[in-house]
Amino acid sequence: MKVTMTVNGRPMSAETEGRTLLSSFLREGLGLTGTHVGCDTTQCGACTVHVDGEPVKSCTVLAQDVAGKSVTTIEGMANKDGSLSVIQQAFQDHHGLQCGFCTPGMVMISAALLNEKPNPTEEEVRHYLKGNICRCTGYHNIVKAVMAAAGADSRKLAAE
Amino acid sequence: MHNFDLVKPSSVAEAVAALGSEGAQALSGGQTLLPSMKQRLAAPERLVSLTDIAEMKGVCRGEEGLVVGAATPHGVVAREAKAHYPALAWLAGEIGDPSVRARGTIGGSLANNDPAACYPAAALASGATIVTDRREIAAGDFFQGLFTTALEEGEIVTSVRFPLPERAAYMKFAQPASRFALVGVFVAQFADGVRVAVTGAGEDGVFRWTEAEGALSADFRPEAVEGLSLSAEGLLGDLHGTPAYRAHLVKVLTKRAVAAA
Amino acid sequence: MPKDGGIGASTLRREDIRFLTGKGRYTADISLRGQAHACFLRSEVAHGRIRSIDTSAAEEMPGVLAVLTGEDFTEVGGNPTGWLVQSRNGATMKEPKRPVLAHGKVRHVGDAYAMVVAETYEQAKDACEAIEADIEELPAIVDMAQAVADSSNRVHDEIEDNVVFDWGWIEENRAAVDAAFETAPHVTTLELVNNRLSPNAMEPRASIGDFDSGTGDYKLYTTSQNPHLTRLLISAFVMGIPENKLTVIAPDVGGGFGSKIYHYGEEAAVLAASKRLNRPVKWVCDRSEAFLSDAHGRDHVTKIQLATDREGNFLALRTETLANMGAYLSNFATCTPTFLHGTLMAGPYRTPLVYVNVKAVLTNTVPVDAYRGAGRPEATYSLERVIDKAADELGIDPWEIRRRNFIDPGAFPYTTPVGLVYDTGNYHATMDKLRELSDVAGFEARAEESRQRGKLRGFGLSTWIEACGIAPSNLVGVLGCRVGLYDAATIRVNATGNISVLVGAHSHGQGHETVFAQLIAEKLGVDANSVEIVHGDTSKIPFGMGTYGSRSLAVCGSAMMKAADKIIDKGKKIAAHMLEAAEGDIEFTDGSFSVAGTDRQKSFAEIAFSAYVPHNYPLETLEPGLEETAFYDPANFTYPAGAYGCEVEVDPETGGVDIVRFTCADDFGNVINPMIVQGQVHGGVAQGIGQALLEGVVYNEDGQLLTGSYMDYAMPRADDVPSFTVDHSCVTPCTHNPLGAKGCGEAGAIGTPPAVVNAVVDALRRAGHDHITHIDMPLTPSRVWTAMQG
Ligand SMILES: Cc1cc2nc3c(=O)[nH]c(=O)nc-3n(C[C@H](O)[C@H](O)[C@H](O)COP(=O)(O)OP(=O)(O)OC[C@H]3O[C@@H](n4cnc5c(N)ncnc54)[C@H](O)[C@@H]3O)c2cc1C
Ligand code: FES
Ligand code: FES
Repeated sequence: MKVTMTVNGRPMSAETEGRTLLSSFLREGLGLTGTHVGCDTTQCGACTVHVDGEPVKSCTVLAQDVAGKSVTTIEGMANKDGSLSVIQQAFQDHHGLQCGFCTPGMVMISAALLNEKPNPTEEEVRHYLKGNICRCTGYHNIVKAVMAAAGADSRKLAAE
Repeated sequence: MHNFDLVKPSSVAEAVAALGSEGAQALSGGQTLLPSMKQRLAAPERLVSLTDIAEMKGVCRGEEGLVVGAATPHGVVAREAKAHYPALAWLAGEIGDPSVRARGTIGGSLANNDPAACYPAAALASGATIVTDRREIAAGDFFQGLFTTALEEGEIVTSVRFPLPERAAYMKFAQPASRFALVGVFVAQFADGVRVAVTGAGEDGVFRWTEAEGALSADFRPEAVEGLSLSAEGLLGDLHGTPAYRAHLVKVLTKRAVAAA
Repeated sequence: MPKDGGIGASTLRREDIRFLTGKGRYTADISLRGQAHACFLRSEVAHGRIRSIDTSAAEEMPGVLAVLTGEDFTEVGGNPTGWLVQSRNGATMKEPKRPVLAHGKVRHVGDAYAMVVAETYEQAKDACEAIEADIEELPAIVDMAQAVADSSNRVHDEIEDNVVFDWGWIEENRAAVDAAFETAPHVTTLELVNNRLSPNAMEPRASIGDFDSGTGDYKLYTTSQNPHLTRLLISAFVMGIPENKLTVIAPDVGGGFGSKIYHYGEEAAVLAASKRLNRPVKWVCDRSEAFLSDAHGRDHVTKIQLATDREGNFLALRTETLANMGAYLSNFATCTPTFLHGTLMAGPYRTPLVYVNVKAVLTNTVPVDAYRGAGRPEATYSLERVIDKAADELGIDPWEIRRRNFIDPGAFPYTTPVGLVYDTGNYHATMDKLRELSDVAGFEARAEESRQRGKLRGFGLSTWIEACGIAPSNLVGVLGCRVGLYDAATIRVNATGNISVLVGAHSHGQGHETVFAQLIAEKLGVDANSVEIVHGDTSKIPFGMGTYGSRSLAVCGSAMMKAADKIIDKGKKIAAHMLEAAEGDIEFTDGSFSVAGTDRQKSFAEIAFSAYVPHNYPLETLEPGLEETAFYDPANFTYPAGAYGCEVEVDPETGGVDIVRFTCADDFGNVINPMIVQGQVHGGVAQGIGQALLEGVVYNEDGQLLTGSYMDYAMPRADDVPSFTVDHSCVTPCTHNPLGAKGCGEAGAIGTPPAVVNAVVDALRRAGHDHITHIDMPLTPSRVWTAMQG
């Protein structure tokens, strides 16, 4: 069955089976491989995208179940002119990524947090991000990046 | 995953009809069902999605308490129940993570009756009523052991009605890996007494700690349970905690819930 | 101030742009035209004899293209071990065969014994379920002590006591060590377990085999930390494909931590299947499969004893360890518990007599190999735990007992009793720095404030040292390594002056593309943006040994410096010709070549252009072109070291542990990019906290894995760790490599676990739980609570 949804602002379609996951629809159907798959138990968050503005783990959503909805992926996060958005830039500025595998999910979940809560505390950031696993950074610089993107003075975190 | 057909009814009646076919199963948020299908532990031939059924969604304050549509995601309950039933809202807001809360629903959680799930504790401690397409079931009758409920084949939960307690609180001690409840205790004080429901610990799933209920009904202070001890018999033991440890946690969390209520 | 983009600058990472915009290209992101998909059928029993495998039904399933079993690989070789270790009695270790797909027996849950290739992954998986295997289940060998004791039950039929080797380091010293224990005024004994871990790089392994029947060339895209090593193993040992017919490409790799050093059977299998089908064959590992097939780490059971005098001076140290190898010997499995562990047992201390005994044991579990730190975390943990226990027994402050025994800063080069020569270091300096940063004076007030909230606060100290910059080939050759461990770099200056640097190291998070460019920019005086780092493709890069053991900068970086020196020499020749001066009069500074004492000069770009447009070169004495390769083989290991402090709060009611402060003071030698170094430490510390509090692979007695997913294997999450304070201002530059750099990638994973455990034990003992002297990792709430119950 052909499924259409609005992906990063543009209508996009691909053939699906009932079992086609949103992550496969994006990666294989549309070639948007920025959305990663890091586990098979819905725990790592590498696959996080937004559906109608809310974060979801795209490995645990059926493509057909969200047909017609609006989906944003990491490929849709940069500014219109191609420059990095505030959150993406903060991740680079604060070295919030190493191998980059968790990064798309981290950026998407952070964007959702800042939509919901523009000025989170460190504790709130850590709490909100707990469904996204990073093995490389120890989270220190991810938290710093999110705080900085929210306009906080990230030097208030532990000294370096 | 084995393949299947997905159907998306827009009313409860259509959904019930669709579930009548051989090998059909309800799909709500999918946060439990899809992972288990990926592991090939479940292989339905047809999934009936409940996500487009408007009459199964929303949180509303009624005469008999708070009514939560079965297809309401945890995140919505966390926001919308806050003014009416803060302990329930807090519980919903501590389930999984924001992405899981955006999809996972109360109906799915109750129907699944995972021994480590949070909502069953709220339903049991509140004396909630589980409303289905065909009847109403008291929470005390609904949960029937691990992953087992009173639901019949093809029956769907449509909403849950929570009487509103005078005071209540939920305390969850997270299993370090899954972050489900290693032990969770929901304490609710009503005019006619206190109810204490425990999740995460029972070999048969959620249960009421009646001894604590008696003590707290007489004296709603943490100290009231100090002298009690829950037997480890019949409690779960696994690599995250022995039955004795779980029994101990039940008491600690009960006291903390009373203090927080 | 360091120069922008040069050495010492926290240059932002250029690779970030692609990762942040979803343009990274990991193996699973690659789709080749016409690719088929593979799925492996893995053993559900820990130990069994394969009686028969019937694939006929599977072959008839929709979309199925081929079904392969162990039978299909009997003609090819096996996956070898990189190090040959000798037993105490002089015998060479036993080396069981490791086939591509299990043959004859399955030896652990997850051991792959068949492979299905189909048009789609789901079809391949469906067909795996249709394979009928008759496997006679044998008793599982899980416990190491039992494996050694019961020779009737064997993981490999030909290895009777399941022991690969019984290693003594250094055997000649044993009698003297034992004698010192006989007379020592005080002996502290500790038995501990270094818990088995699953590395869990967030990108699961993946491989695509692509055979070209037109040319007979094979290409393997794979998640590897060292593509050349993988190619060498496949060519020389496993498949016999000539090296010049095999290209191995490791594109963007999502973390490794050791687990992607090794060659795995799936890589050979996709190549073989691709040849058979004449189509690309792709395999992407599930996380559940990863738990069952990626090499695990650690898993030592150790008894350590420390002999001291009454003042706490260390007199002698001895250890006995059982090291779990799992069911097969993974590529570096035998060196991890020996040469990366025994040789570090002196730590930063002057202990005059040390003896280490390690028995390597086969069990029906996933193979164990190097995981971030590899052997050194095990050594550090044993040592730093027994020292805290000794301090406690002797009534000496933990800072003081360490200070008393540190190697004196004036004593370098220092020869340890376990075979290493530390070139430089200052352990007092890092510990003093830690003390300053940890606010020791304020501890009591903080502890009191915790008490008010019903929490028990404790402080834990540890020091660490690592031998990294792996490794001097002559030394490791003597120790049994079958390869050399140099690295290589080619600097190709293009005609228009920009530069491609082709390196043997591989970046999977470390930021080489940025840091290596900084090095070249500084050294050649060019703009870092004109330098491109090429890695991960054997058809482009020189033969290098990849990235692990905190070696990339110290070894590959040094190769780059050597190659850059050659570029400068060649540039001088060209400049001399262009400026009509003697070569000896040419000076190179800040990117330009000038005649000493004059203002005559040529820019780097002019020299490069001339090199490729050599219209008037004296060709007998000056070749065109500006490209140089250098191999660097280190003269010694490098020895970074440091001191870590951890402050915890224990909830006495639940046993829950919160890390409230974590402080690191490290000496990494010279630092090229502080931002990246700090990031490496953060990541290592989080993994160390994971090992100490959360992570542990658990098998039941039947050899079933109980921690097979993130539902039961606890990964550190954002809310499990605090923000860290890290410092690397204490610097004793490495004396024998051109950068003075030592390596920082594993530090956190090494120094952290003992600091955390020391802190928890301290918190409990301060609160009056005197019976607690040790708790085995991971210190889960239930373990801590149980320990408190006495
Ligand atoms: C990472 C992660 C963390 C989690 N953490 C927690 C936690 O801390 N606490 C917790 O309680 N839960 C947790 N969960 C589970 C989560 O709350 C699930 O959403 C919930 O258990 C199932 O709800 P669902 O809507 O996703 O149901 P589904 O997965 O769609 O369905 C679950 C089962 O219920 C049936 N079903 C669904 N809806 C109905 C209905 N209306 N009537 C009848 N049958 C129905 C389905 O057929 C299926 O058998 C977690 C899940 C994940 C993935
Ligand atoms: S891939 Fe979706 S949560 Fe891990
Ligand atoms: S950057 Fe590698 S997993 Fe997060």
